[in-house]
Amino acid sequence: MARITAGVGCSHVPAIGVAMDQGITEQPYWEPVFEGFERSREWMKEQKADVVFLVYNDHCTVFDASCIPTFALGCAPDFAPADEGWGPRPVPVVKNHQELASHIAQSLVLDEFDITVMNEMEVDHGLTVPMSVMFGDKTVDDEWPCLVIPLCVNVVQYPPPTGNRCYNLGKAIRRAVESFDEDLNVVIFGTGGMSHQLQYKRAGLINKEWDTQFLDRLTSDPVALSKTPHVEYLREAGSEGVEMVMWHVMRGALDDEVEEVHRHYHVPASNTAVGHIILENVKDQGKAK
Amino acid sequence: MALKKDYEDIPGTFIFDADKGRLGYQLNQFCISLRLQKNRDTFGENEEAYLDNYKMTDEQRQAVLDRDWNRLLELGGNIYYTSKLAANDGINFQQLAGLMTGMGNEAYRAMMVAGGRSPEGNRYQSEWDEKEGDA
Repeated sequence: MARITAGVGCSHVPAIGVAMDQGITEQPYWEPVFEGFERSREWMKEQKADVVFLVYNDHCTVFDASCIPTFALGCAPDFAPADEGWGPRPVPVVKNHQELASHIAQSLVLDEFDITVMNEMEVDHGLTVPMSVMFGDKTVDDEWPCLVIPLCVNVVQYPPPTGNRCYNLGKAIRRAVESFDEDLNVVIFGTGGMSHQLQYKRAGLINKEWDTQFLDRLTSDPVALSKTPHVEYLREAGSEGVEMVMWHVMRGALDDEVEEVHRHYHVPASNTAVGHIILENVKDQGKAK
Repeated sequence: MALKKDYEDIPGTFIFDADKGRLGYQLNQFCISLRLQKNRDTFGENEEAYLDNYKMTDEQRQAVLDRDWNRLLELGGNIYYTSKLAANDGINFQQLAGLMTGMGNEAYRAMMVAGGRSPEGNRYQSEWDEKEGDA
């Protein structure tokens, strides 16, 4: 059977992708951002993940305002990097585990999560930046080392789904994965955040204290954390900080008991606090992957 | 009964909610069209003619032509859409924030490198009103 064994929380700041694409990651501004992902890349290799289930949001790239699905599951064979106004990122096309994706799509709706099925979709930096930071530099001629199932969440037009809804969706995704017969090791990514505000006169807001308690409570107090009201994200973590609801999908898909095995936090990358955490299911630790 | 908008007292912030989405629809659809090179080329050749394809208000249209970034948000634009217009002009997110905050690129970048804008005194509109009263 397929299993979700670990979770990754990770910012998806577009400028991080630009820094990798331009080869400037060793500049003093960027060096501390990337240093914190060195251990993560080692860890990612050790996992030998077959599939990454990647929760992210589109930034008005692939989805325009004509159609705004709250949860859209990528069921296409592959997903090309999109042109976001600067040309597509020079990274590999993302390949899906299409059979598992369609299984999850069917399972989720019967489990009363009425997701949108995407049979054609490009992906923006929300998906490709976490792939790049966790797997390292890849060119368009390379392949990502594992398959990827994208779940795209609306966090652009208020309101995004509640944290509680996201947490429970994570549980439903886990049930779906565990009812798939093939033996697969699945790692789930929740991306976005941490505190940041990109717009208007309060742009640049960063709240390290709030971000830190969020990272702490992912392990110690995830259920109460998932009930954080939207207005608290908006006020404390900035208007775009509300993206962090997507981390609850990741957390919900894990066991109640997890161990934090890695954390990285740095301000700034462009306008944003970079946050990153790796959580392992305690009962899966040490098992042959 | 009206929905309670408990986020309207956050200073210097627009929450892009369903009402804003309705008001900004044509403006945002124009902005997202610029993510494709062929559209950027056409827009660049004749901005006014390109804008005729979108039924936006005169105010929205003028704000586009003026690159009045804050006005675009006031009129229903969303930052992820208006950033496509900025990208067309070669302006990235951080430079755009420098413009919207009125700080300029250098001062804004320096603030971010120093840890960003603190939440202290920036949570409630009343805190900003007090600051203005003191000035």
